[in-house]
Amino acid sequence: MSMRLEQGGRLIDREKTLGFVFDSNRLSGFAGDTLASALLGAGKMLVNRSYKYHRPRGIVASGPEEPNALVGLGQGARFEPDQRATTTELFDGLTAMPQNAWPSLGFDAMAVNGWLSKFMPAGFYYKTFIWPRPFWKHVYEPFIREAAASGRPPQEPDADKYEHFYAFVDVLIVGGGIAGLQAALTAGKSGARVLLMEQTAHWGGRAPVDGAEIEGKPADSWIAETLAALEAMENVTLRTRTMGAGVFDHGYALGYERVADHTPGDGRVRHRLWRIRAKQILTATGAIERPLSFAGNDVPGVMLASAVRDYVVNYGVAPGRKVVVVTNNDDAYRTALALIDAGLEVPVVVDARERSDGPLAREAMRRGVAVECGAAIMKVKGKKRVEGVMLCRGNGTGGAGATVECDAVAMSGGWSPVVHLWSHCGGKLLWSEENAHFYPNFSRAPTGAQGEAFVRTAGIASGAMGTGSVLKDAAAAAADACGAAGFAIQAEAAQAVDAEERPMKPVWVMPEQALPELRSKMFLDFQNDVKVADIQLAAQEGYESVELTKRYTTLGMANDQGKLSNINGLAILANSLGAKIPQVGTTTFRPPYQPISFGSIAGEARGATFQPLRRTPMHDWHERNGAYWEPVGHWRRPYCYPKPGEDHDAAVAREVLATRNSLGLLDASTLGKLVVKGPDAGRFLDMLYTNKMSTLKPGKCRYGLMCNENGFLSDDGVVARIDEDTFLCHTTSGGADRIHGWMEDWLQTEWWDWKVYVANVTEQWGQIAVVGPNARKLLEKLGGMDVSKEALPFMGWAEGELDGIKARIFRISFSGELSYEIAVPAGEAMTLWGKLLAAGREWSITPYGTEALHIMRAEKGFIMIGDETDGTVIPQDLGLGWAISKKKDDYLGKRAQERSHMVSPDRWKLVGLETLDGSVLPDGAYAVGEGVNGNGQRNTIGRVTSTYRSPTLGKGIAMGLVHHGPDRMGEVIKFVATDESVIEAKIVSPVFYDPDGEKQDV
Amino acid sequence: MLILQCPYCGIKCDETELAPGGEAHLKRYGPGSTDEEFEAYLFERKNPLGVHFERWRHANGCGKWFLAARSTTTLEVFGTYKAQTTEPPAEIVAAIKAKLPDWEGRQ
Repeated sequence: MSMRLEQGGRLIDREKTLGFVFDSNRLSGFAGDTLASALLGAGKMLVNRSYKYHRPRGIVASGPEEPNALVGLGQGARFEPDQRATTTELFDGLTAMPQNAWPSLGFDAMAVNGWLSKFMPAGFYYKTFIWPRPFWKHVYEPFIREAAASGRPPQEPDADKYEHFYAFVDVLIVGGGIAGLQAALTAGKSGARVLLMEQTAHWGGRAPVDGAEIEGKPADSWIAETLAALEAMENVTLRTRTMGAGVFDHGYALGYERVADHTPGDGRVRHRLWRIRAKQILTATGAIERPLSFAGNDVPGVMLASAVRDYVVNYGVAPGRKVVVVTNNDDAYRTALALIDAGLEVPVVVDARERSDGPLAREAMRRGVAVECGAAIMKVKGKKRVEGVMLCRGNGTGGAGATVECDAVAMSGGWSPVVHLWSHCGGKLLWSEENAHFYPNFSRAPTGAQGEAFVRTAGIASGAMGTGSVLKDAAAAAADACGAAGFAIQAEAAQAVDAEERPMKPVWVMPEQALPELRSKMFLDFQNDVKVADIQLAAQEGYESVELTKRYTTLGMANDQGKLSNINGLAILANSLGAKIPQVGTTTFRPPYQPISFGSIAGEARGATFQPLRRTPMHDWHERNGAYWEPVGHWRRPYCYPKPGEDHDAAVAREVLATRNSLGLLDASTLGKLVVKGPDAGRFLDMLYTNKMSTLKPGKCRYGLMCNENGFLSDDGVVARIDEDTFLCHTTSGGADRIHGWMEDWLQTEWWDWKVYVANVTEQWGQIAVVGPNARKLLEKLGGMDVSKEALPFMGWAEGELDGIKARIFRISFSGELSYEIAVPAGEAMTLWGKLLAAGREWSITPYGTEALHIMRAEKGFIMIGDETDGTVIPQDLGLGWAISKKKDDYLGKRAQERSHMVSPDRWKLVGLETLDGSVLPDGAYAVGEGVNGNGQRNTIGRVTSTYRSPTLGKGIAMGLVHHGPDRMGEVIKFVATDESVIEAKIVSPVFYDPDGEKQDV
Repeated sequence: MLILQCPYCGIKCDETELAPGGEAHLKRYGPGSTDEEFEAYLFERKNPLGVHFERWRHANGCGKWFLAARSTTTLEVFGTYKAQTTEPPAEIVAAIKAKLPDWEGRQ
């Protein structure tokens, strides 16, 4: 049973008790505790269940490498799943739930999976759950989802705020242990701008826990002095609770500051994402201890030796009264000594090495600890907590030896430098035979824009294992980094000695010749339940690549991303393959180092500030008049203007009929408007449009199509020739910026000697369409411009003053009605809108929205980019051959439209569709033909591209692309809805309304 | 998150200011070209391990297209230059050769 000790705990304040709730139990801890230390202090060893077998799991580690102690933290709008107890600072009122323990932590119904474990081997998802096919959707997937230990998503919008923060520094130092502090001191003295980030709330890392001495003093004093010196330097910024999350190209780095996780609801932003540009990055990220692989190494009470030491020294908490230490190195003896110093019992140190006579081991023996050399733990006794260990010879198969009673086990398999940040941007690694770990290959560092190394490591992250070496390495790395950043400085390190330690011995399986029964209880990845036997099986089945083995077995794919498991796993893979560890290599280290919150990634971009909103001059009027909005690009456009008690369909129908029968008004300001000007403007537009634009006369308009070089239709719109040198090109509402960029691309990079200038004037003009049989009467009533058929014929435009407002009037129609599109300076558009509404009252003028616009264009068979086109449709498919000039030698897309597939008679072509029963075809529905394809699916012969209920015609109308469609007029084809019902529709002309175009040309 | 200097406005652009435009120095093939030429123009792109010439637009800035010579392996930038050229300029080629004497030139 874990417990709080009477004394000790350098980070806690025993005067300040904090209450918290875990799994419905009211518990207490002290200020300075982590949730993990408080749980252990309150006797809570069992904190979770594993992912696959639902085995009981306890706290293993004391930092970000913790695989088991994941909780759902907080409640309601502050609930967050997958929070690690070891990195969660305790606060008064904290509530946490174990993540994976249904119906309860003590009794887990899913633990039956454990009995079935022999049926759930590596790759079991692939092997077991495939057949019979329908079982996947209806049986296996629901079962796996229910059983999987993923956290529940929050149910309410996040109550907290987040922000991004930009920083530009010369030297970024990640990690505030003694290496990071030494590096910051050296760099600070150079005059460079330095940012030092530490992921925990405390400076100094584990040196004080390990009893290091620096400059002849305890590490704590040196840390305090160094901090004071750094705080006095104006060029140095210090940040605790800030993790180096990732290193990216050209000195870009992300920091993740947990500003208010420990003070929720205090009004501060919760997390701050630091977006940093650094000339040089120094990672002083320390090392992570590796577990040992012995049977039952996942029983609650088995912990990393360093974590046991952390809990005892930092928090005055012990995992048990009798703690067996098992190790392959000298460092774990520090844990034995810390336990004895705290008045606890260490029945035995199980040392895998044949001899153990280093100073630390001798000190432990002097204090009465028994040391068993050449020994191994055969297995751990106990299910929900450690009750004892059975020992055996280290080189054997696991024959039973002595049983030692204990209530906790502290294990150490050696240390792996944290090379994640070094590796994120391409830093390479070397394998150290001496320490059995990967460390940075300094000659192959991540490189910046000048080809220079821009990431360095400092201290244990470099592979320097002793206190003296750590400080020397850190000072030297800092001096190098400063030199590279343009700030020369001598490397002067604080003085310390490296403790004398005997070589470690790599031990990947304990005992070395363990039989399958033991190997199937040796856990590598605690969260995902990946065992030694699983990796060996994967190797037998032919998985040689570490990346594939990872995905097949799920090793290292859990929340901790393999921080504990990866090196052990790939060592076992290497041994199984008879290869050397560096040959097998590591999986890829990807940012972030630890999970960061979605909130921090979003920052301020949330709700109304998610993206800029573009407003037309009439935006506020639409809002006041009840517009139901539709997002179009960054614009909002009225979809319709429902009246009180009117639903959207009724509003749309009313708007269509009012326009067709009398007078409608549309805010068309979002239409893209590009001015193309210059002596070569005509020649340029001849290349961009399929039509010939150079022959357009000033005062006239022409509908044009733009294709990309693949020949596919990309945009359409009306081009007006303003004068000899000037064209105004209208684009689709969402397309103005894209088409402007497209024009610039060709002008700047292909035809740069052509004299053409393009300006995007979309927002300079407000545009209002006055539409319907009474449109002319309305404009005549306003007065000021001759809008008669003779003066301003269909597809012409004129400039003048309309009731005192400078205007350009285009006689173009997207509805098939008599229509004037009036462009006025944006600042005057609302005035004109008001005048039109007032003067139009006698014709019951009706503002209409985008849906009425869409219906009216569909009634006329006009295509809509994005409905009839999807990036695979050429103009010829849409019956738009009339808009393709035969006289031009070239235009963008012309050569592509000559390719064999593009001229094939089998392309689906545009037709109109009318259901036999007058119903509305489902959007996107496919028409089915005879027979099945190679995959056994029904052959398809067409699909619906636009479909509406036409208020004008009182029935459903649709357009679609159909195989040989135009040749099959009158034929009835079958469409299948998503509910598999069949709808019959007749192929008709796509022009449903006024096929001769009499109404628009009056 | 690359940093590339826009040769027009001189700003050292963060990658978020830029829009990528793929391979530089493509020769356009139009009507009259063979199927093979046109297919190569549309679809065949270099994917070198090393020196690469690419198009970038200073989209959230001066709006100009420019070209960059960059190593896809080390992320080293040998130089950026204006887009009105069909070949990398001599000083860019010299900058690459100075760093990579064995470079065989643009294939």
